[in-house]
Amino acid sequence: MRDNTVEAPQTHTLLLEPSDGVALTFAPGQFTMLGRPGHAEIPISVSGAADHPELLEHTVRAVGDASAALIDARPGDVVLVRGPYGRGWEIADAEGGDVLIVAGGIGLAPLRPAILEVLAHRERYGRVTLVYGSRTPDQLIFQEELERWRGRFDVDVAVTVDSATPGWRGHVGLVTSLLPRDVDADSTMAFVCGPEIMMRLTADALVDAELPPGQVRVSMERNMKCGIGLCGHCQLRELFICVDGPVFGYQRVRSLLLGRGL
Amino acid sequence: MKSIEQLLAENPFFEGLDDETLTTIAGCAQNVHLREGETLFQADDLADQCFVLRTGRVALEIVDSGGHGMIVDTVQAGDLVGLAWLVPPYRWDLDARAVEPVNAVAFDAMCLRTKCDKDPRVGYLLMQRVAGTMHDRIRSARVRLLDVYGVPGGS
Repeated sequence: MRDNTVEAPQTHTLLLEPSDGVALTFAPGQFTMLGRPGHAEIPISVSGAADHPELLEHTVRAVGDASAALIDARPGDVVLVRGPYGRGWEIADAEGGDVLIVAGGIGLAPLRPAILEVLAHRERYGRVTLVYGSRTPDQLIFQEELERWRGRFDVDVAVTVDSATPGWRGHVGLVTSLLPRDVDADSTMAFVCGPEIMMRLTADALVDAELPPGQVRVSMERNMKCGIGLCGHCQLRELFICVDGPVFGYQRVRSLLLGRGL
Repeated sequence: MKSIEQLLAENPFFEGLDDETLTTIAGCAQNVHLREGETLFQADDLADQCFVLRTGRVALEIVDSGGHGMIVDTVQAGDLVGLAWLVPPYRWDLDARAVEPVNAVAFDAMCLRTKCDKDPRVGYLLMQRVAGTMHDRIRSARVRLLDVYGVPGGS
């Protein structure tokens, strides 16, 4: 590990460089299996720029032993990386049209490589909008970057939180309340990542706004173990999230997100 | 300078209302400007007004007895601020404060209620829009009650 940056309470970005010097090339939206020696491996989406694979970034929130061990790592410590795995955002499909990115909570991390890709090739896309929701202002991740993106003239950035103390000058409410009212259904592709109920509400609101479900992509999170479709831990009916996803067109997973007990 | 009817017709909250209805409710309205930090109303005060925002943002805050506040919603252009003016005892249950400069149309609540009572057609059209706001706020509160961004159990 080269660096460990605190993004928010219990949420850190780990900057990793390969011990063998070989860069781990990945596509935005793909994940790796990460672990500290002596701890379990867990699936974490890559959160850094795909055009700088020599330094691998992962943003991790501590929710259990394995993730807590990862955010406790210090520069010089060894982190085991296996992958990358899965199908990513395939953001190039949006070239020539508008891009709408909707993130909730730590769901901004898997979308960050896609955002960086779009901004690196800004001329290839039409209107670019980022809508980001979080629990509270102090839980917002990539805050400095959000401010930079908001300062650009070619990106619309809207941020909302579930609640805030007085002094917060931003928006409070659901991410769906900040979705653009004038989405161009013909040319827009939407990329959505966050808790499943947030993705479902967002995707349904976009479909209600006439966006075809095939133009809405969501990233599913499941308990991936092998990462290559063998163990079945991440199987969701006919889908293996680790190889068929984690990114899916909404038309493919809508009925699963509506189901109970998933 | 635009008339109140024009301001109402341009506002998404009143989208679809006919000219006659707009003229009727415009009789209860006035154009107002609020500075950043200015209070629209406070909890326990008489709910004698409501506001439809044209520009700017308003925070809805609940303040506990210790003076600690929490912003539970914000309202932006095209939305309604204030629901308690419709139901007895017509008292606010939270504070509303402009977090940035606001242009709004303010309605006299008693005037509006009286017109709704006199003309149920106008009342129904208005209530449809108010019910939409209520529905959105209830759904928003319910989903946030789930604390979907909170820390789940996991590895």
